[in-house]
Amino acid sequence: MTEWYDFRDIGNAVGALLDQIRDWGAPDWVPYVAATLIGIVGILLWAVLSVLAFIWIERRVVGLMQNRIGPNRVGPQGLLQPVADAIKLLLKEAITTTNADRYMFWLGPILVFIPTIVVFAPIPFGEEMVLADLNVGVLFLIAIASINTLAVFIAGWSSNNKYALLGAMRTIAMLISYEIIQVLALLGVVLFVGSMRLGDIIGWQLDHDVWLIVLQPVAVLCYIIAGAVEMNRSPMDIAEAESEIVAGYHTEYGGIKFGFFYQAEYLAGFAITAVVVTLYLGGYTLFGLEQWVPGWLIFLGKLYGFFFTYIWFRGTLPRLRIDQLMAFAWKFLLPISILNVLLVGSEVLLWKEAGLESQLAIPLFAVINGAFAVAVVVGWATALGHSAPRHTAHRAILTQEVGAIFYGEAAPRP
Amino acid sequence: MDDAGTVIAFWVLSAATISSAAATAAVRNLIHAVVLLVVSFMGVAGLYITLSADFVAVTQILIYAGAISVLMVFAIVLTPRGERGNAEGFLRLPALLLAGLVAVTLIFVAVDTEWVISDRPGFQETASVIGEALLDRYVLPFEIASVLLLVAMLGAIVLVRPDSAMEDE
Repeated sequence: MTEWYDFRDIGNAVGALLDQIRDWGAPDWVPYVAATLIGIVGILLWAVLSVLAFIWIERRVVGLMQNRIGPNRVGPQGLLQPVADAIKLLLKEAITTTNADRYMFWLGPILVFIPTIVVFAPIPFGEEMVLADLNVGVLFLIAIASINTLAVFIAGWSSNNKYALLGAMRTIAMLISYEIIQVLALLGVVLFVGSMRLGDIIGWQLDHDVWLIVLQPVAVLCYIIAGAVEMNRSPMDIAEAESEIVAGYHTEYGGIKFGFFYQAEYLAGFAITAVVVTLYLGGYTLFGLEQWVPGWLIFLGKLYGFFFTYIWFRGTLPRLRIDQLMAFAWKFLLPISILNVLLVGSEVLLWKEAGLESQLAIPLFAVINGAFAVAVVVGWATALGHSAPRHTAHRAILTQEVGAIFYGEAAPRP
Repeated sequence: MDDAGTVIAFWVLSAATISSAAATAAVRNLIHAVVLLVVSFMGVAGLYITLSADFVAVTQILIYAGAISVLMVFAIVLTPRGERGNAEGFLRLPALLLAGLVAVTLIFVAVDTEWVISDRPGFQETASVIGEALLDRYVLPFEIASVLLLVAMLGAIVLVRPDSAMEDE
């Protein structure tokens, strides 16, 4: 029995509080409701604070990557910029356009926002820091994320704006395609572990002293890419391609309604990274270090570290075209993730049926799956005709031809 | 169905499910109808949770609220010349009659049947049990269903292919 002040797991303190409430002779439902409320408030607080922090971090980091400064005027180093932005969004008038479908227009941002918070319910922040320890956790994550599709459509359709509707249709097409890949990627993990409870998946990784990223490189790749689509970030942000369809499905939204979309996008990002960290990177464990360091700190460290990778993507990669994005899902990711599921299935069968020692099986499968990952990615890309970049330009081609970049007047043709 | 929480949840969810289902039939705007139908689906998922059928509940959200609703939205939006409103059909009265008869039959069966409550305790984890049943005892219906879906998908692809693509071959 751990003491309540054992801050390695905040669940201890909450558990002690609930025991205390029970001791006072409260009816059964009081600790139940109290635990739920504490969990919800805790997750909401953490989420809002993290989003505020990461708005600043992302803008500064992307600024550095793109060789500019980023916000640095409000507060020291621009630290108060997100607060100023939040106040601005809160004070702005939330305009409803005349021809919008009033109720649906109002419903859109809320429906987009709620699933992104609910997704955190089954995710273990620490050993006992789970709001709802569902035994269908993995499926729950996918199911809640799938509600997003309809919410986006409601937002885009109710705006009564062609750009919003086009953006919504694009987003739906994108989400539906990549949802399949997400499911197939997670299926590999579920096959290996034999349970959909997220706590069990972390426990399995702890027992076998291995992170599933080693056993599932293809699935991780697919999930990360599908996750970037789900959180609607660059390079997959065709839903709000400014040069094509303004701001996509939230073109008509302003003020705090837009704030909801903005927040939801970040929260979806945290949710995706939380899933990656839990399923593939060992969650709140770090090879024994969790005995000494609070597990939730390890979890948050991994989460923020991995989220940084997404910021890196955004700062580095250009946006894909919609046909490229769809073709990438159906022609590239879908076949390789199906092959991955086939491979994992046969490996698990081999493991269980032949009774291999896990000491032998895990390194063997890690090597096989690593080789498979390289082979299938390179092989399939070559088969699709993407073996090497067509141009290796050291200088911009136009500059090479013309000899210089011309501004203002028409460039002389060579 | 023993503790107060489950009973309250049952009545609230039932009320939400039935009222949103009724509203689905009543509203004029088809997109509104789809949204109300999704509320109804979610209510059914909640009822599954009160029955401890967590796997079925989550699947209900995934398939119905997530996928089927989007399918309906696509059907509404992509139908050319289709009215976005719920038109006055000449089948209104017959449909009402038929729905009423179905409701009466269902209520009669539900009240009249002597429901047997099994002594067996509930499953701790339903997902693995359902999986084993599907791939073991009921593998034939399961496979037939998947072949049926595949055929439907191929049929849809054949239907939407432009005529010129056919002639090219």
